[in-house]
Amino acid sequence: MASLRNYLDKIKPNFEPGGKYSAFRSVFDGFETFLYTPKTTSAPAGAVHIHDALDSKRAMIIVVLALMPCFFFGMYNTGYQHQLALGLNTFPFWDMMIYGFLTILPRVLVSYIVGLGIEFVVAQWKKEEIQEGFLVTGILVPMICPAEIPLWMLALAVAFSVIFVKEVFGGTGYNVLNVALVARAFLFFAYPAQMSGDKVYVASGAPFGFGQVLPDGTTCATPLGQIATQAGPDITLTGIDGHIISLWDAFVGLIPGSFGETSTLCILIGMVILLAAGIASWRIIVSIVAGGLLAGWIANLAASPLYPASYIPAVDQLMLGGFAFAAVFMATDPVTAARTNTGKWIYGFLIGVIAIVIRTYNTGYPEGAMLAVLLMNCFAPLIDWCVVQANIRRRMKRLKTSKQ
Amino acid sequence: MNIILKKGLDLPIAGGIPPEAAVQSVKPGLCAIYPDDYPGLTPKMALKEGDAVGVGTPVVYDKNNPDLKLVSPIEGTVKAVVRGERRKIIRVEIEAGKGLEDVTFKFDAANPDSFRSALAQSGLMALIRRRPYDIVPGLQDYVRDIFVSAFDSAPLAGGLFRLPSNAYELMEKAVEALSRITDGKIYISYPAGQNFKAVKGAQMVEIAGPHPAGNVGTQIANVKPINKGETVWTMSSVTLCKIGALISAGKVDSEYTVAITGPELKTPGLVQTIAGASVEPLIKGRMADDSRHKRIISGNVLSGVSVGADGFLRFPFNQITVIAEGDDVDEFMGWASMATDKMSTSRSFPGHFLKRLFRPDARLNGGRRAMILSGIYDSMMPMDIMPEYLIKAILAKDIEQMEALGIYEIAPEDFALAEYADASKMPLQQIVRDGLDYIRKELE
Repeated sequence: MASLRNYLDKIKPNFEPGGKYSAFRSVFDGFETFLYTPKTTSAPAGAVHIHDALDSKRAMIIVVLALMPCFFFGMYNTGYQHQLALGLNTFPFWDMMIYGFLTILPRVLVSYIVGLGIEFVVAQWKKEEIQEGFLVTGILVPMICPAEIPLWMLALAVAFSVIFVKEVFGGTGYNVLNVALVARAFLFFAYPAQMSGDKVYVASGAPFGFGQVLPDGTTCATPLGQIATQAGPDITLTGIDGHIISLWDAFVGLIPGSFGETSTLCILIGMVILLAAGIASWRIIVSIVAGGLLAGWIANLAASPLYPASYIPAVDQLMLGGFAFAAVFMATDPVTAARTNTGKWIYGFLIGVIAIVIRTYNTGYPEGAMLAVLLMNCFAPLIDWCVVQANIRRRMKRLKTSKQ
Repeated sequence: MNIILKKGLDLPIAGGIPPEAAVQSVKPGLCAIYPDDYPGLTPKMALKEGDAVGVGTPVVYDKNNPDLKLVSPIEGTVKAVVRGERRKIIRVEIEAGKGLEDVTFKFDAANPDSFRSALAQSGLMALIRRRPYDIVPGLQDYVRDIFVSAFDSAPLAGGLFRLPSNAYELMEKAVEALSRITDGKIYISYPAGQNFKAVKGAQMVEIAGPHPAGNVGTQIANVKPINKGETVWTMSSVTLCKIGALISAGKVDSEYTVAITGPELKTPGLVQTIAGASVEPLIKGRMADDSRHKRIISGNVLSGVSVGADGFLRFPFNQITVIAEGDDVDEFMGWASMATDKMSTSRSFPGHFLKRLFRPDARLNGGRRAMILSGIYDSMMPMDIMPEYLIKAILAKDIEQMEALGIYEIAPEDFALAEYADASKMPLQQIVRDGLDYIRKELE
């Protein structure tokens, strides 16, 4: 390790102002602080002399770690669904993992290169330290899109989102909306044909020549997509090969859907990691589940053929689509969520309710979790404002009573 | 009166005072007065270099309030006046030796005006703080209440302040005189589980809970919060005893018992010395002999001042902490570390679960960021304050919002624990200090 440190120290002057590569100062700085904890020490006066070992890099990395079970399952499921669509009934583990990996790899790379590239340029331009917020966003975006989303679309969505949702507001920590979700919303509204319908959620190609290409016209709608087109009290959900999707399948996640969102089981593992590490707010997760269950239960009580999704039992609602993923990984983003403890309860509860309401009563959008989180991102500052006002009113009241 | 606090944190740091530690007495050859230790005071020199002084001789006075003095803690001569930019007085060094006799203050403690004036003249007023603004009080303050903390809950400080043997007598005298200054009460707070005798005339407050239970700010917030337009005075029980000593003997007592603590010491212990003493003799022979860079802090690790080995004991003269500086460590991918020797409030570090003492160094352990994680500040502050929003209001220089969110109730030290725990490494105490100075400048 000493040789790496010496090497960094040797090349460092090149990146300082006036050096040969000073245009890449933020890139160098980003890598250096990633490799070595900065040696900056506390101010001599007017500040604490010791700091907690936790920094935002670690907080972000824990989120990435918590996403890994979903990511690996997504690789498997992508291969699995492809195999099903081919009409095969053998599922060799490594073949499916490799197929899924080769499918997602270019998306992850494009997402990181475009997003981090913009971050580096902005950091250099504003003469700031590179910030690690995109470490999480960069992996989230491919995970909430169909596995075979065209690369140029992904690049465009990431660029739009990083520039207009994050950087123009001031960078990591200042954004109002969740960056990854805006990227997905951008794709959803700009390219609806590639983001919805019954073709996109099963990988059809042969990435890097691996596997077989699906014949044209193979279709398989996601469970929520199927529900939207059914009419009865008895809803049957089927997989690509026609088998009936059970609640267990939906829980484990062997269903068509966005790359990383299908497995409620893996999302639960991620949730345990986030909560154990104390990075995500349990208040938000609990209240979203409560809101979702309540709205699902009420919708189910008043089930009507007009709104087929209202026939889904409340518990099933939580396991379908992006609900669980949004509850654990999207709504808990501390920057865009409500920041006060009371606010978190309200924010989470409303996300749960709105997600199910959109999903059930707006047949135009089979999935409501994304829109619910984005909507509540907009309202989070208002919720917090109300909570803060309560504190202010308490203080005013105290002042009045003390004057009497 | 009983108060139980849940929020806050006792940091498990190595290098506390052993229970059997004897008090070592150190007579310093050199003492210094730092006007910066007394916020709100605009210092002017009352003497020149070479002038002789005794204990209690005024050395510095306040430009806006010439009766308010900082006095010499020892007998000797003014050795040097060290000035910084624009001739600002950084410190006044006083060399021990033959000087003047101790100053005797003559006043009537039963007469509030005479008493206030004696407090100002004897330099004891400078040891008191007033809120709002956490500054040295004005002579004519209308004082709602006076809050006295009898303990320091900061890391390694050792709990109850170490007071002279006749402390109760002195405190009673002081409380009697101070009760004529305020229409309200004099609250004295002590930690739960300690057998602290009630002081006649004062309202005793028993406080249970982790740091910052010992901070007067916490105590005020939980006893009787400050409203806009009100002024309270705060001090430690040590200062209360000094006031008692002034009343009974007419003289300034400048002796303090100092806790010498920290993970980078071989032998932590207690030292009896003089206010502003040079640090070197206090820590002589106690330092760990490893080759690590060291940071010598006068005060505790949360709100002290880094003074260096050639520095001086700074107000409130009760503690020295020595930790490693940490600028000589190359830590590879520290953010991924699972090492058990990292102190953290985060459960992602194994050390969080271990019952052990830590040896933290002075590194920030990360880069400075905008506020990202939420709720951390809140969990460290047992006050009815919305810390994140108050900090944002201060950064935005929004006076109306600062007032509404309670800036008059706080002092920088109230945010120290939040600053420690902050994953974004924001300089909260400096922000609060700047905010208090700003609002005072705008409103006065």
